[in-house]
Amino acid sequence: MSKERIKISEDLYDIMPSDYQDLVKSATYGKEDRGWKDIGNSKELIEQHSLCAGCPESMAFRYILASLPNPEDTVMVGSTGCTSLVFPMVAVHNIHSLFGNQNAIASGLKRALSVRFPGRTKDVVVLAGDGATVDIGLDMTLQAWFRQEKFTTICFDNELYANTGGQESGLMQKGFVAKMAPVGKLFDKVRLPEIARESGCHYVVQCTVSKPSLVEKVVRNAVMIAREIGPTYLQLYTPCILEIGKNSMEGLQEMRDSEKPTERFAYKEYVSEPAKQLLAEIAAKDKEKKAAAKQLASQGA
Amino acid sequence: MADTHSVIGTKNKKGQTFTDTWAMMNDAPRTPSFFTGSEVIKEALRRASCDVMIAYPITPQSEAAALIGELFAEGYIGDYFRGESEFAVMSQCAGAAFGGARVFTTTAGPGTMRAMENFPMWSGARLPIQMIVTCRGINSPLSIQPDTLEIAYLLNTGMLVWHAETAQDFFDWILKGYMVSEEPDVHLPLALCCDGFFVTHTKDVVNLTPADMCLPPYDPYRSPVPCMDMECPPVRMMRDPFVMKSNYISYATHASWQQEVWAAVERSRKHTIKWLNGLIETENTDAEVLIVASGTAVSQGREAIRLLEDEGIRCGLVKIKVLRPWPGEEIREATKNAKHIIVPEFNVTGWLAKEIRATIPNSERVHSGPRVCGGMTMPPEIIVSEIKTLLGMRTMSLAGRGS
Repeated sequence: MSKERIKISEDLYDIMPSDYQDLVKSATYGKEDRGWKDIGNSKELIEQHSLCAGCPESMAFRYILASLPNPEDTVMVGSTGCTSLVFPMVAVHNIHSLFGNQNAIASGLKRALSVRFPGRTKDVVVLAGDGATVDIGLDMTLQAWFRQEKFTTICFDNELYANTGGQESGLMQKGFVAKMAPVGKLFDKVRLPEIARESGCHYVVQCTVSKPSLVEKVVRNAVMIAREIGPTYLQLYTPCILEIGKNSMEGLQEMRDSEKPTERFAYKEYVSEPAKQLLAEIAAKDKEKKAAAKQLASQGA
Repeated sequence: MADTHSVIGTKNKKGQTFTDTWAMMNDAPRTPSFFTGSEVIKEALRRASCDVMIAYPITPQSEAAALIGELFAEGYIGDYFRGESEFAVMSQCAGAAFGGARVFTTTAGPGTMRAMENFPMWSGARLPIQMIVTCRGINSPLSIQPDTLEIAYLLNTGMLVWHAETAQDFFDWILKGYMVSEEPDVHLPLALCCDGFFVTHTKDVVNLTPADMCLPPYDPYRSPVPCMDMECPPVRMMRDPFVMKSNYISYATHASWQQEVWAAVERSRKHTIKWLNGLIETENTDAEVLIVASGTAVSQGREAIRLLEDEGIRCGLVKIKVLRPWPGEEIREATKNAKHIIVPEFNVTGWLAKEIRATIPNSERVHSGPRVCGGMTMPPEIIVSEIKTLLGMRTMSLAGRGS
């Protein structure tokens, strides 16, 4: 879809909602170097959200939406949970249907879009919580990877069921006392990044969302690799400050503390050989473009 | 956006001509062919301009699902794959339909039950997916035999539910089904049911439409809800998500949406009557005794009527083709003369008899039975025997029935 399509008829302009007018005037659709730095300067693809004040998930949402390389042709798939409170206010098409079936929905969707729009790029990005990705939907998460479905899976890992009030989840740390884990969780945090690698993902990153530039990089990489090669997986720590007893302003510090080299959210990355090659090609092209731009600028001067 | 010019008369990549469906189904020459029900499903799909089919093995639909794979290999279907479970398959079908594809799938018995969470979601999301249900037992101990109990569970999902008697019904209704499902004022999924094995695994003469004609493609931009393909403006759907709100506006929104789904089921009535030539078929409804049935119980009823005729007992027949929307008015009219309404069924609970009882005046006229289940066949003799007993006549004892 080009930005042309969302233009408003002049006669109707004044009666359109202001957020739609803003979208047409100043969205970053079609901007090749869009990224987290656009946040605050141009129309963001997320309106108000009804998450808790200071929720790191809301930061993650903004960074991801600002970093999608092709939002004008991206469809997102969500699942039940806190993310489903945000998606209705996101300016890319998005699907919520059931709890845990997000990777199955995305499989059918990506294939339908490939059948209907041959030769065109239509990216599909799944964004769901850890309960949806690792517990109730694990079967469909893994099977989509086995089948080498060409879309990105992003898991907001807050290490518990946040929306239902803080119950134990598979990604919770061992020993953590929570609802439904009254004596502390008895088994280890599920090692989904490793499982993702073994299941056929071509790009796997585990990190926190403390650094927007890093989120931008991994989201772009994940989407580009999924588009060309095969499944990719991002596991992003978005702590539920409410359920771990923190204050609104403490989310960022919690992420910084948890991403230290010895901590459980230390940066972890796996890139398959074909994905490495693709990233190198993209980097070379970017370099070429920058050099050409520089040359043009110097000629102009 | 959608092309504004018509594709009728143009050819697809397999050389089939996109044909006006009414002309294709009603005017085009038919070729009698001797096929199993599963092969008939394949032949219907060959002509259905289907974009995505998703398969999963479960008896007795596995053969049909695999045969459609052959169609994909031949290039008649846009995409095809095996999902990992029926729950996943029905979600994959939803994803493909959200993305604007014409979608087809098949399932049976325990598969239908496993996938159940998806069906009200399909209706609520207004996805015109077509699902063939080749009914089989859902009880424990495990059974793979024919049994129609699963249909009872589908009746309140907001899907259209049709019950085919023969392979010919199947062939015609698969193609006509998309026409009803995809109407903008309907736009709902269709569960096209048949009795497993009896229809899928037996051979019958079926009159096929020409193989070089196919349905016009699905146009997702006629949908009453936006197609999720980023080809139309992605406006915010809601200012405040209704999902978990406890307030009146939230309740009212959900309530009105459910009512709209069921209103769409109702609106399918006029299209279904047009395409299927009525929701029911009747014979001799002036008779005092009437068999009212759906699926292969209709065929067994026909045989019973013939046996009864030999004995001078006149019996009429009502074949219920469509269960949702429910043909209440038609059934009231067709049964108004009947003193005895016999409802033979292939399930233990007698859900069809309950539906009929809730529909007609003087419902004590409805006799639920004979009912067979777990894969038992229904010889016409037991229908005859049931009717004669009801009429106070002596009947021969039937082996194994203890009478």
